[in-house]
Amino acid sequence: MSNIYDYTCFILLLPLLTFLLPGLFGKKFPRISGILGTTSMLIVTVLAYLTAYHYFITDAPAEGYYWPYGSRWPYLVLAKFTWLRFNAALSLDMGIALDPLSVMMLVVVSTVSLMVHLYSTGYMKGEERYSTYFSFLSLFTFSMLGLVVASNIFQIYIFWELVGVSSFLLIGFYFDKPSAVAAAKKAFIVTRFADLGFLCGILILSFYSGSLDFRVIIERMSSSSSAFYSFAAGASFLGVSALTWALVLIFAGGAGKSAMFPLHIWLPDAMEGPTPVSALIHAATMVVAGVFLVARLFPVFCMSHAAMDVVAYTGAASALIAALIACTQTDIKRVLAYSTMSQIGYMMFSLGISGYGGEKGLGYSAALFHLFTHAMFKALLFLCAGAVIHAVHSNEIKDMGGLKKPMPFTSIAFFFACLAISGIPSLSGFYSKEEILTAAFHRNKIIFCTGLLTAGITSFYMFRLYFSIFWNNKNKSGIKTHMAASITIPLFILTVATIEAGHIPFGKYVSSDGLPLHSDTDIRLSAAAIIISGIGILTAAFLYLKERTLPGRISAKAGIVYRFIAGKLYIDELYLLITKKVVFNLISAPAAWVDRNIVDGGMNLLGAAAENVSETIRPVQSGKIRNYALWFLAGTILISLFLIYVIR
Amino acid sequence: MNPEYLLIISLVTIIAILASGSRIAGLLALAGTVVQLVFSAGLLFLYMAERNAGNASLLLFEHTYVWYPDWNITFHSGIDGISLSMILLTSVVLVSGVLVSWKTEYMKKEFFILLLLLGTGAYGFFLSSDLFSLFFFFELAVIPKYLLIAIWGSGRKEYSAMKLALMLMGGSALVLAGILSLYYYSCAAGNPSFDLQQLYTTPVPEQAQLYIFPLLFTGFAVLSALFPLHTWAPDGHSSAPTAASMFLAGISMKLGGYGCIRIAIYLFPAAAAFYSPYIIILACIGILYGAFVTLRQKDIKLMNAYSSVSHCGFVLLGAGMLTNTAMTGAVLQMVSHGIMTALFFGVIGMIYGRTHTRIGEELGGLLKVMPFIGSCFIIAGLTSLGLPGLSGFVAEMTIFVGAFQIGDVFHRIATVSAAMSIVVTAVYILRAIGISLWGPLKNEKFRESGDATWYERAASVILIASIISIGIYPFWMSDIISNTVSVLFTSNPLK
Repeated sequence: MSNIYDYTCFILLLPLLTFLLPGLFGKKFPRISGILGTTSMLIVTVLAYLTAYHYFITDAPAEGYYWPYGSRWPYLVLAKFTWLRFNAALSLDMGIALDPLSVMMLVVVSTVSLMVHLYSTGYMKGEERYSTYFSFLSLFTFSMLGLVVASNIFQIYIFWELVGVSSFLLIGFYFDKPSAVAAAKKAFIVTRFADLGFLCGILILSFYSGSLDFRVIIERMSSSSSAFYSFAAGASFLGVSALTWALVLIFAGGAGKSAMFPLHIWLPDAMEGPTPVSALIHAATMVVAGVFLVARLFPVFCMSHAAMDVVAYTGAASALIAALIACTQTDIKRVLAYSTMSQIGYMMFSLGISGYGGEKGLGYSAALFHLFTHAMFKALLFLCAGAVIHAVHSNEIKDMGGLKKPMPFTSIAFFFACLAISGIPSLSGFYSKEEILTAAFHRNKIIFCTGLLTAGITSFYMFRLYFSIFWNNKNKSGIKTHMAASITIPLFILTVATIEAGHIPFGKYVSSDGLPLHSDTDIRLSAAAIIISGIGILTAAFLYLKERTLPGRISAKAGIVYRFIAGKLYIDELYLLITKKVVFNLISAPAAWVDRNIVDGGMNLLGAAAENVSETIRPVQSGKIRNYALWFLAGTILISLFLIYVIR
Repeated sequence: MNPEYLLIISLVTIIAILASGSRIAGLLALAGTVVQLVFSAGLLFLYMAERNAGNASLLLFEHTYVWYPDWNITFHSGIDGISLSMILLTSVVLVSGVLVSWKTEYMKKEFFILLLLLGTGAYGFFLSSDLFSLFFFFELAVIPKYLLIAIWGSGRKEYSAMKLALMLMGGSALVLAGILSLYYYSCAAGNPSFDLQQLYTTPVPEQAQLYIFPLLFTGFAVLSALFPLHTWAPDGHSSAPTAASMFLAGISMKLGGYGCIRIAIYLFPAAAAFYSPYIIILACIGILYGAFVTLRQKDIKLMNAYSSVSHCGFVLLGAGMLTNTAMTGAVLQMVSHGIMTALFFGVIGMIYGRTHTRIGEELGGLLKVMPFIGSCFIIAGLTSLGLPGLSGFVAEMTIFVGAFQIGDVFHRIATVSAAMSIVVTAVYILRAIGISLWGPLKNEKFRESGDATWYERAASVILIASIISIGIYPFWMSDIISNTVSVLFTSNPLK
């Protein structure tokens, strides 16, 4: 192919540069790092859009039969080089892969990152570690961009870990707050645990496919006539085929990053980080990495029904559970965090119920469409929340209320985002959610019902949030806010995106088999979804538009059920029990005791025994000639006897 | 090119320090080690140039000096990819070791002499291809440690020094027994020799291989903290002065891994295959058990000492897997762990020098008052837990991939259980960072302690640069090592 995409390497290099420069020299020029980071992000975004424009529009082949299986879109790998060679077959090649999936992700990541960079120049003003913050933000952007363009499964793993560590550093940005320290540790350790699964999955998959390159893996694994496929599907461990093992383990890694039940516990706590970080990492980009991973290996996933079912049901369960918990939370960012988890659940089950190619592949396209629209409106929600938190200096809903007067702009932006996430027609969320529900309706009725129910709950808790913050009777109109342009511009752009992103003919560009997908929406399904969402909104309006005691009475009536949900199903406590009681007290403590007392004690005993022996035989060296003579004589006689009788 | 100039540079430095006053001892030691570092870097470039020119012989820059002709003892020097990487490691660690000890007050001259003597031993060991001289240098790299710990150490220093010396001497005794038996068979074959290359082709009866291999392997593996012979490590490391800990964990433990791979397994591949399951089991125990014990440590220096047991388990695991990839990974792990642990011990020494405590809970909030030292600690920690872009990741992944190429259930389970340690490692590293660096400042007295001085900064920067140069583009080092490994472990028809 042509070299018109050569500039794409700058998409990666610029953020790397803005990570290193402020990190090393930022202290001396604190203000510059913000401007530097934002400018370089602007260039990166322009380049990403340029790539998308070239790829999808100007350079789009009129028709073509590309990889895989006659896709309309070419699969290009640029700037490829060998990073590490394990053996003749397995080598870790870094490269920039361009296909519809990665080009779409480039657009999403760069857009949100640019918005967050711009917003942060205002939001983080006066922060002591201002340049460190921007340096970490660039590290994250670099890693995330590297992740989405990876052409090799090990390359994904590398950047996967790097986004993990940048998330860790940014959650722990306010490191003198003990809660931030705990949250950062928790996020890293839980995702690390999941990554162990990912790593084992990679090892299994690479053993059976004999490659680490995505293209080769997909070629060898996604056709049932391939010898590699039969090898992997034939081998079994504990009654499950090696292929399923590999895919489920890889999915476990994705589930950890994407906060799927039951590995989600780190996400709500991660809200300890600065709010723009939550918008970028924990709402729009990093947490959808799991969805991206499944989408990347989609043709292989399609070969194992068991693995697809795991994906689908994990996603559906997460969507519902998170939505329920979100209704009970009182911290604005935590509500948004659970809502993120719930929406990612949608994407996940949409992938899980999808088939490969044509109409069956609607779920795939819908999931990624939802990823795209969700990134816009969820980033908007978080950035609005940041503005609100700055104004009232609290995360708790009870400290807010009546803010639509002092913060009209934020209120309108938040309102549109709530409409979008609730799936109200003509806003972006409507189109993507609609497609997901249509796909689910045709493929799996249980999951369809879960999705529909979740849609209702979603609009309820989102409007509960909206009404409690911006309406309600509490008179907070005394609050004075000053919104800098650096904050209002990103809010405005994201609001436009939230309203308009749904009109992109997404299925034309991104589909499971690379062929344009025209989906017809079923008017009855749309009606059902809209009605359910409407009920949710009206309920929220009834309960929260004015200050009432009713919500409190309802939760008191619900009693144990309410407490169980508000206590986040006590999953945190379960984890605590396992880590503190089992790992720490039942494994680690005895091991440390054994080491000091048994293993080392044994060594000391050996030493003591040697000392005893030497103490016992020390009198032998008495210095008396008489004794020496005696021993000498005895020895001579013994040796002589030995020589005479034994050796002969 | 004569790689043995390294020894001469070391000796000249030692003599110069001996002859001069203690005021410029540090300067001389620094000059000497910097010259060694430059020399080893030069060696690297010459080695790569020679290989690129197509020289495929196992050892490059070979020289043989007759030492004791009657017994055919020679000093046969030469370098391959493995010893080259070890020499680079040694020179990097030595420079930073001298830098962090810049402010040593008590018997400064003697301290630097002993440190450089250890370095000489290590260089000689890695250069020797003759088992007699190799053993001589092996001892030279062990004995001065006793003095370093007993004189400049802290805590229960006499006890720890004695324990370390006795256990390592026990290991040497096994190695010596192994070497002498080998010599016996070379005599029996009518060609008495201590030379590795010649011993490689010396026929040894199958039964004898089965008892010589464990002698050599166990003897060397004591240094690599093979479970359950690792208990010298925590005591020795935690009592040793900073530079000695850096040398001990950074280089000494690597003598063991090097001996296991380059001598024991190289000479007896069949016996190694026979014992491989036992090695793997012990290595896995060491990895997991070491990690869990580390989790309980309150003293950050002791924490790093135990984590070395866990990390060196990976060296033995890679060696025990006997595939070329895993073996390459084992060598990479030696290099990576050597640099990482030197950085860790160096930073812990800097913190102790300012706060006079090593208990994590008494520290706390240090990142605020010493941002440079704190950042170095975090980088060392992230290397330890295997973050990509830093050297530890490359080594561990190479071992895992290599180990996974063997398709049976035993090796699979061993690999996966060893891989589990990456989670435990993350837990104890993040705990240490969370307790000692993050959070509110625990003790107001630390506020005036100040950040790193120029020599501490220089030491850290050298080590971090080495970590990153492997982590960001590992291909060059992995290539050097794997080429040698593939030459070393092509099947030997005789054994």
